[in-house]
Amino acid sequence: MSDKLLSMTHLVGGYGGNDILKGASLTVAQDEVVVIVGPNGAGKSTLMKSAFGLVNIREGNIVFQGEDITNMRPDLIVRRGMSYVPQEKNVFPSMTVLENLEMGAYLRRDDYSAQLERIFEIFPRLKERRKQLAGSMSGGERQMVAMGRALMLDPKLILLDEPTAGLSPLFIEQTFDRIVEVNKMGIGILMVEQNAKQALEIAHRGYVLAMGRNRYEDTGAGLLGNREIAEMFLGG
Amino acid sequence: MDFIDLLQLLIYGVVLGSILTLGAIGVSLLFGILRFSNFAHGDLMTVGAYVAYAVISSFGLPIWAGLPVAMITSALVAVAVDQSVYRRLRRTKPVILLISSFGMALVVRAIVQLIWGPQDRALVKGIQIPIRLGDIVIRPDHLWIIGGTLVIVILLHLFLSRTRMGKAMRALSDNMDLARVTGIDAERVIIWTWALGGALAGAAGLFLALDARLTPMMGWTALLPIFAAAILGGFGKPYGAIVGGMVIGIVSEMSTAVLPSAYKPAIAFAVMIIMLIVKPNGLLGGRK
Repeated sequence: MSDKLLSMTHLVGGYGGNDILKGASLTVAQDEVVVIVGPNGAGKSTLMKSAFGLVNIREGNIVFQGEDITNMRPDLIVRRGMSYVPQEKNVFPSMTVLENLEMGAYLRRDDYSAQLERIFEIFPRLKERRKQLAGSMSGGERQMVAMGRALMLDPKLILLDEPTAGLSPLFIEQTFDRIVEVNKMGIGILMVEQNAKQALEIAHRGYVLAMGRNRYEDTGAGLLGNREIAEMFLGG
Repeated sequence: MDFIDLLQLLIYGVVLGSILTLGAIGVSLLFGILRFSNFAHGDLMTVGAYVAYAVISSFGLPIWAGLPVAMITSALVAVAVDQSVYRRLRRTKPVILLISSFGMALVVRAIVQLIWGPQDRALVKGIQIPIRLGDIVIRPDHLWIIGGTLVIVILLHLFLSRTRMGKAMRALSDNMDLARVTGIDAERVIIWTWALGGALAGAAGLFLALDARLTPMMGWTALLPIFAAAILGGFGKPYGAIVGGMVIGIVSEMSTAVLPSAYKPAIAFAVMIIMLIVKPNGLLGGRK
């Protein structure tokens, strides 16, 4: 398992007394794009959030870069090279784009201007709009700000919670293109997506989750080609 | 009531507005991050003013030397109260924090009374020679208050917009959950927010004592117009508190042109209530 960036094994847990995860497992290798799909209420977001210490895990363990991080505090996980982009409320609305990015680098005491330039190369729009308040931007632009913020610490792995939710088709395509570019920087990506077909097209591997357990696990293309899955989860 | 009298009242209004502004910024900053209204804020002002008075009078220092003393004292008291009391209540309901801050207000005021007694004291002794500009009369104290507030507000703006800690405070106020997953150490930022809010309260307390007299009740009496100012500007928005403080200060003083001055606090509340009905989020759109 040492070549795995992240491995989550037989996780059982949830938020209050109810277990949402009932033995789910998942791995992400270095440089991999992994997508979690499945019906509503399957525990997709919960599984991803558990990697970031946001879910109370009762059984199973989570290992990131060889270290057990099960139930570790999010601010300590960030320091270890994992970033998380929430689905909603993922920017600081009363701060400018540049300030949002600076907050992403809050933990860095060194000069991060090179990293900022790299992010501006992937998201040129953020450079144009760096003085604009994040709260006044469109949903798609906010998603770019949020991803840019998550990249400031130069993480090994980024978690994306439904990055294209509520976006127009044009922006959905652009967002997936950006995700591929980020991945090419050598950053592993784990995401939950409603637009399952498009997400699986850019994914190396995918997991189908149902009732808090793994249902299928295959390459992105493999899942797309599986007729049963296509009928059940991908809208025919 | 002629034009000169109104101008004179306007100056008094700006002086009162300066004091309210400094208090309201602290209340607003703390509300933005901790989501509770600190009822002990007025008494933080009182304690800063009294300690500054004690230091000035026992060492024979000039008044301006009292400003850093008041600011540091109130900041330290604010952080101490937070770490000893409020920190343990961080995960409870806001109403519990609210009531405990009411209790802390009584405790701080009682300590001030125990040490300095319940009687009034004058911060400045002797007669001051007012400055005359045509028919308008300005007390030198008032120039200090207005000038001091201006400098503090500019420094605050630079702090919030230029420094790492200032930006982190705004980030926490915007979205606490996102700030945490971004890696910002919330507890550390909260401590600095108390220190900042406390320091501003200390300055407000000293200016209040300079404008009137030192009494153990001075901060408590100022608390309600300060809340009115913070609500008017939009709770949780420090820049709104500046606007709110000035509006409440000026309207209160100007009202004495037509109403007995005993109605000043009532006017502050009338403005606040109208605001809550017309635009509940405040002038600058604060939190609900």
